[in-house]
Amino acid sequence: MDFTKAGLRGHEYERIKSALGREPNDCELRIMGVMWSEHCSYKSTKHLLKLFPNSGSRVVLGPGENAGIIDLGDGIGAAFKVESHNHPSAVAPYQGAATGVGGIIRDILALGARPVASMDGLFFGDPEYRKTRSLSSGIVHGVGGYGNPVGVPTIGGKTVYDSCYNENPLLNAFCIGLIPLGEIVSSRTARPGQAVVLLGSKTGRDGIAGAAFASVELSDDNKASRPSIQIGDPFAEKLLIEACLEMNAKKLIVSMQDMGAAGIISSSSEVAAKSGVAMRLDFDKVPLRAENMEPWEIALSESQERMLLIVEHSRLPEVIAIAGKWELDCAVIGETFEGDEYTILSSGEEVASLPATLIGEGCPPIHWESCKPADFEERWSFDVEELSLPEDWNETLLSLLESPSLASKEWIYDQYDSMVQLNTVQGPGRPLSILRIKGRDPLIAMVLDADPWKCYLDPFHGGAETVARTIRTLAVAGAKAAGLTDCLNFPSPEIPEQYWVLEECIKGMAEASSALGCPVVSGNVSLYNESPDGPILPTPVVGVVGILPSAEEYLPSGKWKENDLLFLVGACNPSLGGSRYLLSRFGRLAGRPLCFSPEAEKDFVERALKTASSKAARSGRTLAGGGLAVALAKDAAESGIGADISIPVPTRKDVFLFGEGGPRALYSVPMAKVPLFKALWNGYPCIQLGKAGGNELAVDGAFSVEVAELAGRWRVR
Amino acid sequence: MNTAVVVFPGSNCDQDVMHAVAETLGTKVYAVWHRETSLPEGTDFVILPGGFSFGDYLRCGAMAARSPVMKAVSNHGKRGGLLLGICNGFQVLTECGLLPGALLPNRTLDFICRPCLLKVENVSTPFTSLFSRGQIVQFPIAHGDGLYTLPEDELKSLEDRNGVVFRYCGSDGGTGDAANPNGSANNIAGIVNSAGNILGLMPHPERASDPLLGGEDGRIFWKSVFSVFHKGGL
Amino acid sequence: MICRTSIFIELQEGVLDIQGKAVERSLASLGHDTVRSAKVGKYIQLRLECESPEAARKEAERMCDDLLVNNVIEQFRIEVEGE
Repeated sequence: MDFTKAGLRGHEYERIKSALGREPNDCELRIMGVMWSEHCSYKSTKHLLKLFPNSGSRVVLGPGENAGIIDLGDGIGAAFKVESHNHPSAVAPYQGAATGVGGIIRDILALGARPVASMDGLFFGDPEYRKTRSLSSGIVHGVGGYGNPVGVPTIGGKTVYDSCYNENPLLNAFCIGLIPLGEIVSSRTARPGQAVVLLGSKTGRDGIAGAAFASVELSDDNKASRPSIQIGDPFAEKLLIEACLEMNAKKLIVSMQDMGAAGIISSSSEVAAKSGVAMRLDFDKVPLRAENMEPWEIALSESQERMLLIVEHSRLPEVIAIAGKWELDCAVIGETFEGDEYTILSSGEEVASLPATLIGEGCPPIHWESCKPADFEERWSFDVEELSLPEDWNETLLSLLESPSLASKEWIYDQYDSMVQLNTVQGPGRPLSILRIKGRDPLIAMVLDADPWKCYLDPFHGGAETVARTIRTLAVAGAKAAGLTDCLNFPSPEIPEQYWVLEECIKGMAEASSALGCPVVSGNVSLYNESPDGPILPTPVVGVVGILPSAEEYLPSGKWKENDLLFLVGACNPSLGGSRYLLSRFGRLAGRPLCFSPEAEKDFVERALKTASSKAARSGRTLAGGGLAVALAKDAAESGIGADISIPVPTRKDVFLFGEGGPRALYSVPMAKVPLFKALWNGYPCIQLGKAGGNELAVDGAFSVEVAELAGRWRVR
Repeated sequence: MNTAVVVFPGSNCDQDVMHAVAETLGTKVYAVWHRETSLPEGTDFVILPGGFSFGDYLRCGAMAARSPVMKAVSNHGKRGGLLLGICNGFQVLTECGLLPGALLPNRTLDFICRPCLLKVENVSTPFTSLFSRGQIVQFPIAHGDGLYTLPEDELKSLEDRNGVVFRYCGSDGGTGDAANPNGSANNIAGIVNSAGNILGLMPHPERASDPLLGGEDGRIFWKSVFSVFHKGGL
Repeated sequence: MICRTSIFIELQEGVLDIQGKAVERSLASLGHDTVRSAKVGKYIQLRLECESPEAARKEAERMCDDLLVNNVIEQFRIEVEGE
């Protein structure tokens, strides 16, 4: 078989030959083709990902594992990660989304953690585009269709619409689980002489070579891609969760790995390589649900809801009994040995034999050529003076509020069970989501965010802004960010200008997470998100997790009361570059976003945390998409009361109201707390905007809208 | 009062119910696996929790209703024992014939999860003894198949005998389409059998049992059962 | 012998068929103006080891009674190959 048919490049093929000391056979070629695909090997980005800071006092487990784990204190860890499932969602939206949700849940489960919450990053095309409705509907239904039965609440997310995603919708699934630190299951603890066990659903032809497929750009003929689609069964996953947790509680699991991309081969070779053992698998022992499956099909199948376990022989009967109780297939498919050879037998014959470390870790990195786009700085050339001020301020604000990306997403998250497991203190529809841990005071805060527009205009500062905004959101609420996870959704790295953008985004994100002391503990990369119609905008998605010391120290948004004073903290001269206003009202993606300023960010976070913990404000909201105007509107709508605002600075009104970027927040402060509030923000840009009250949100010289109308237009379904 | 919560493959609110009951009442709560053929000795109160038993495959609650444990659950109910079905549990009770009617897909065909206002119509049941008639409470809903249906004549009998315990309503207590999340006949959210010991409802009282999580009306629900049990009211 | 048995399950007349209505509306909006009504039901395919198609039919009826059909809201018909 020609190595190119397996998806391998020339130098990769040579590397394999030289490692084996012989030609690989067809089965081995197919296996290596998938395992060394972009999706599985991260060959284009693994060296770049090393730029992320990944250590910190709370980091228990960093990148490179099933998920990252941070120490929440009191012996409990939070395991979390975000993962993409983009290409399958473009071809079969419901199942692509469903299996995306299922896949990340298993990653969390593989650490022995009980999955306790999900969030989802959804990126859809222009609502007017002919495919968007069916793609977005399928994806939204798929997330709920899997998330609801599996019993993991969906407590937040981020939904964005842009024409760049017309043919390439994105689905990034985030999951978080809780685990006592002493019970974490590792993939490094397998030893020679143990049983390799396959637990869960039977193996079929689902998603054969799905991993390699993910790295290939979508062609015009999606139908030809269909055999690669995986089908999810949330009921089976719920049983799998309970069975695995029961087994772990009884300490029956030596090591565990979930079966995601490239199923059996990926999970088993990873355990072998990380643990430093050899493995011998007999594919005749794998429970199958399709007939006449070839060894390479069994190796690469992406049938869902399967886990790989390493179990001591003496404890196998107990494992089998628990699997039986939960009515899951459970089969011993192999054995571990001394050494590092990974061998597959089928019908009594050896059909593949490769060094375990070669499979998962041996792929040579590719350093693509990188070149800053020639016209790059032209994107910034945008003269704000050319922009006309709104004629009808009210309508301008209302249109912005109901624009697809900013409008309320209640119609989406209403379909998701956000309350199961009885831990949801604050669910979807708010700036951040909050979970409690039963029996303990501290709460867990989290948010998922992205800003592809700023990343397009300035990848470095856009990447930094994306990270910073998540940390600011937590800080304003009173939560200290402890760790983050990222999903890098980008087009092909083989085009130098696009590779440069990827590099710069990563550098910017690394700068921000470093400066703000929030390590990256896990993540995922999805490249080749483009179609003949064009590439997607660079879309790094960031999920941050932080700790709120107690419910008392939580500062909510949208809680204005009559006569509270409203303050803006942060720069008065934000940028319209890359803003929703510029995009929505003028259809322009132009301008230069604000540059990341580490000192200002750190200062902001400290003061914001103090404001929350000392209850110096009644309500607080980080400024984000739509700037101050949208923050005022959302807070007014949530509070149910309006405000009287005047702009005390000479900045252009549209810049002041709709500009974005940088550490800025809107606070409502009860009269009695104003001196304390002012003292906390002394030395940081802080201006008094006006007073809350009445039923109109009025900004002098700009808009004056009834709160009921704001709420109505924002929440349009 | 000893409470048994039945766990079917796919149930996902069992641990929530156990937590809410134990935390509110401080009484013993046991999980009972669906393959058991008898309930624990001394079981007073049996709860069928919410979730997606058997994946909701074939029909919601259909396969769970035919699980080995249901014979014992059914006997407990027929003997007058306290029996509660929440959401999927309500679906199981209708599939068993322990409660009349059936639950169809929501009128909107979408799953819906949100806080939900209910009017307490019947306070003569053990489950509602501590509420007052017409009281408005909040128990969240989370279901895709909550549309309660019953043939016209049976519906009339149900209403005539005060079998409706909870009705979907607005903040002013008014009932009607706007306040009805799923299209249930007569805005019915929960019903009781004629003997008054078996209750089925779609909303989740266990999700309204902690102020931190947004509601405490569920606590009154559990306390009602407990107070009647202790007065020997059953 | 193996008898291929098909069971067609649908909602009884008078029971609200929301899925049917949704399908009706969608077809109409796609321009299929000949649709007067649509009903959505279930199709279950069984392969039964039975002595005869007649025996298979009886078996299937028992299964419908036992589990497959909710006779409060559903009705069914059975087709057996070879009958």
